[in-house]
Amino acid sequence: MLPTDLTAEQFRSYPPLAQRLAVSHLAALRQLPLSFLPSLLRELIEYDDKFPAERAALDSELATITAFSPAQTANCFRAFAQIRLSSTQERLDWVGQPAEFTEELSAFLWSSHQMDAFQKAATDYGNRMHTVTETEALPLPRLGIVVIGQGVASYNGPLFRKLREHGTYFGSVDPSDGLQQLLAVAAKRAQAHPLPYGHWYIEGGEPAAYHPSLTCVSYAKLEPARSALLKRIETEAAKPGMGPEALRNHIARLTPAELGLTGDLVLNRFQVKVLTEGSGTQIFSTTFAQWTAREALRRAEPLTLLVRYSPRQRQRPMNELLSSSTGKLAVDPVSSLIDADMGAWYQWINQQRLPGAMWSSFVVWLEGQNRAVAIGPSLPRGTESKSAINLKTLLSLALA
Amino acid sequence: MINLRTLSEEKSLFGAELACHVGRSRRDFIRDAAGLALGSTLLSGSSLLHGQALLKKRKVIVVTFGGGARDQETFAPEGQEHIPYLLKELAPQSSFFTQMMNHGILGHYVANASLATGVYESLNNFSVVPPDSPTVFEYFRKDLNRPSSNTWVVAPSNGFNRIGESNSRLYGPGLGAGVILPKHLLQAALSGSKVEYGHLLRDNYETPLEVPRLGGNEVHLQQLDNILKLSVADFTAHARTVSSPDELSLYIAKQLMREESPSLLWLTLHDIDIAHSGAYSLYVDAIQRTDRLCADLWKAVQSDPEYSGNTTLFILPDFGRDADTDAGGNGFQHHRTGGAASRTTWMMALGAGVKQGVIYERPIQSIDLVPTIGAMMGFSPKLSQGQPIRELL
Repeated sequence: MLPTDLTAEQFRSYPPLAQRLAVSHLAALRQLPLSFLPSLLRELIEYDDKFPAERAALDSELATITAFSPAQTANCFRAFAQIRLSSTQERLDWVGQPAEFTEELSAFLWSSHQMDAFQKAATDYGNRMHTVTETEALPLPRLGIVVIGQGVASYNGPLFRKLREHGTYFGSVDPSDGLQQLLAVAAKRAQAHPLPYGHWYIEGGEPAAYHPSLTCVSYAKLEPARSALLKRIETEAAKPGMGPEALRNHIARLTPAELGLTGDLVLNRFQVKVLTEGSGTQIFSTTFAQWTAREALRRAEPLTLLVRYSPRQRQRPMNELLSSSTGKLAVDPVSSLIDADMGAWYQWINQQRLPGAMWSSFVVWLEGQNRAVAIGPSLPRGTESKSAINLKTLLSLALA
Repeated sequence: MINLRTLSEEKSLFGAELACHVGRSRRDFIRDAAGLALGSTLLSGSSLLHGQALLKKRKVIVVTFGGGARDQETFAPEGQEHIPYLLKELAPQSSFFTQMMNHGILGHYVANASLATGVYESLNNFSVVPPDSPTVFEYFRKDLNRPSSNTWVVAPSNGFNRIGESNSRLYGPGLGAGVILPKHLLQAALSGSKVEYGHLLRDNYETPLEVPRLGGNEVHLQQLDNILKLSVADFTAHARTVSSPDELSLYIAKQLMREESPSLLWLTLHDIDIAHSGAYSLYVDAIQRTDRLCADLWKAVQSDPEYSGNTTLFILPDFGRDADTDAGGNGFQHHRTGGAASRTTWMMALGAGVKQGVIYERPIQSIDLVPTIGAMMGFSPKLSQGQPIRELL
C-alpha cells in the first residue's frame, strides 16, 4: 500500500487523540512519500502519551505540512521521494506498525547504501521545519544543573575539561547544603512557572528530599521495574525460535503496568522507553542518568533540569567473573565520576539544541567539594574564579 | 534505528558554536606527539621486500578494533593520553594514515567482513552468515596454494565465526581461514562446571536484547589440543588470569603464532564496544587495554624468529563512533548516525616493507586493505573493489 491509498479507517487502532489528529490531516498525509510517512506516523501513534512539548511540535509540523501547496510539498519531500524502496516495504503494515516499519527501513537503507542520502534528507527537512515553525518565547531562561562525583572523597584528576571553555571555573565553592540549595532553586522555578513536565529532577540513586512540583525520575525507585524487565528479557530470550528482532518487538510493546509502574501514564511511558530503548540504562546508573537527561531534554524540553549522578556498579573483570563468586556488586565511585563528567558535557550539548540556547544557563558541581563550572549569558568563558561562593549565588550568577 | 525526530533537531546556532572543536586538521593530530613526517614531503621509494624467497616468508597480521574508536579518544590531542604504546612505540615505526574511510554499513561484523573482502558487504550484521564476496584468506590460499593452517582468524563471537570463508562459488568452501572464537572455546572448556558462565559470552553490547547465536565453522574444543596444543586445564587456568576477552584473544593469537606460524593472521579485538553500555570510563579503559595489547603483540612478533623482520602489522579500528555534536546519536555510545566521525578512522602499518615515521593524510578506504595485502603477499584479490595503497607498496 502507498500513502495515496490511505483512508481514515486505517487509523482505527490508534489511540483517540492520535486518531483524531491523523484523520484531520489525512489529505496531507496522502501526499507524503513512503520513505518519510511511517517515521511521522511512528510519532503520531504515540501522541496520547507524549509530553506537551512533543504534542505542540507535532501539531505544528502537521499544520505546516497541511498548509503546503502541492509545489511546496514536492519540493520539501523531493529527497525522500528519491529514496528507492522495495515492494516488500509497500506490503508491510506501515500504518498500524510504523515503528516496525522504520526498523525494517533502517536495515534496508544501510544495506542499499542509502543511509547517507536519508540522513541528509532528514536533516534538511528538520532545518526547514525549524525555519518555518515559530517558536514561542520561553517564560524563563532554561537552566541545567548537574551534580557529579557522589561518593568520591577526593579527586585530583582533570574535570569539566570540555565545559570549561564555555564558562567560568570556580575552585572555591562552599559545598555545605549544596544539593539542597540546588533543589530549592529548581523547586522555586517550578512553583513560579508551573508548566506540566517543565521542571525535572533526575536521580541516579535514591532521591534526596524534593518539592512535588518537580518531575522526578530515579534509578533506585525504578529498581522493581528494571528487575521485572530483565526477568522478562531472560524469559523471552530462552523461548525457542526467539531472535533479537522478535525479542525487541516484544519488549517494545511492554506497558508500564507490565513492569509494575502505576500512576502518571505519560511519565511511566517515558520511563519504560528509557529502560527498553536505552542501551545500558538497566545496568549502570550513570548511563541511566545520562540517557534519561538526554531523552527528557529531547522530548519534554524542560525549563529546569537537575541531574544527580550516583556511583554505578563496578564492572567485574573476566578473572573475577570466572571465580564464580557471588554477592552484592560493589560500586565504583571514581569511574562513575568519569562517566558523569562526560554525561554533564552531553547534557549541556543537548540543552543547547533547544530553543533559547543563547539565554540558557548551566552549572555542574562536584558534589560535596569546591569545584564547579557555571555557564551563562553574562559569565565569561574559559576563565577561572577564585572567589568563595555558595551554590545558590553561583546559580544566580549563571542565570543573570 | 532511524529516528527523524533526533535527526532533525540540530539547531543552527549550536552547530556553528561547536565546529571550532573539530577545526584542527587531521594532519596535525598525531604529528606533534609522535614526531612523524608528512608522507607527501618524502621522496618516493619503498623498502618493500623483493624476491620470491622473501615473498614466501612474508607474513601479515591485521588487528582490527571491532568496537569502533573515535579520534578524540585515540590519536586526536585530547585522546593521546589513552594510547601511550600506539603513540610512542608503534606510531614512530609506522606509516600512519589519518583518514581511513568506511563507506559501508557500520556494524562490527559486517564492517570486518568488508575489511576482509575488500567489498562493502550488505549482510545483516546480527546474522550468522558468511560474506558474499571472497575473503582475503581465500585469495591468499587459492592463489598461493597455502594450507588452511597458514591463515587464521581470532575474533569475538557475534557472527564472526563465518568471517573466514565466503559464499563465493569461485572460492568458498575449503579455501577459507580457520576461525577461533576464544570465548566460545572458554565456554566449551567450562561446560562441565556447575557454575553458569553464560554471561561471559555477552559480546554484543549494542542492546541488552541481543543473544548470541552460533552455527557453522567454529573450532571445536578438541582443537585446543590439536592446534593450540593446550590442555583444557591450562587454557582455563590462563583464562582465570586475564581481565578481559581481548586479553584471552591475544593469548590465543600468540599461541597460534607459536604453534602454527600462520602467514596471514587476523585478530579482531572487541572490548572497546563496551561503549554501547554508555559508561565512558569503561570505553576509555578498553581503549587503554587495547593499546597495551597491540604493543604486546608487536613485541611477540619481534621476539619470534618466524615473524621478526618479515612481518607487516596493520592496526585499525573498523570505523569510528558518533560525534558528540551529532543530534542523531549519543556521542561515543553508538555508531548509528553514519556521520563523518563514525565513518572516519585511522590506520597504521608497520614492519616489513613499510616506511617508518611517515604520516599520510590522503583519504583511503576500508576496502583498500585487501588489495594492499594482496600486492604485498603476491596474490590477486580479483573481486575486491578497493585499490592497493600505493604508499605501502
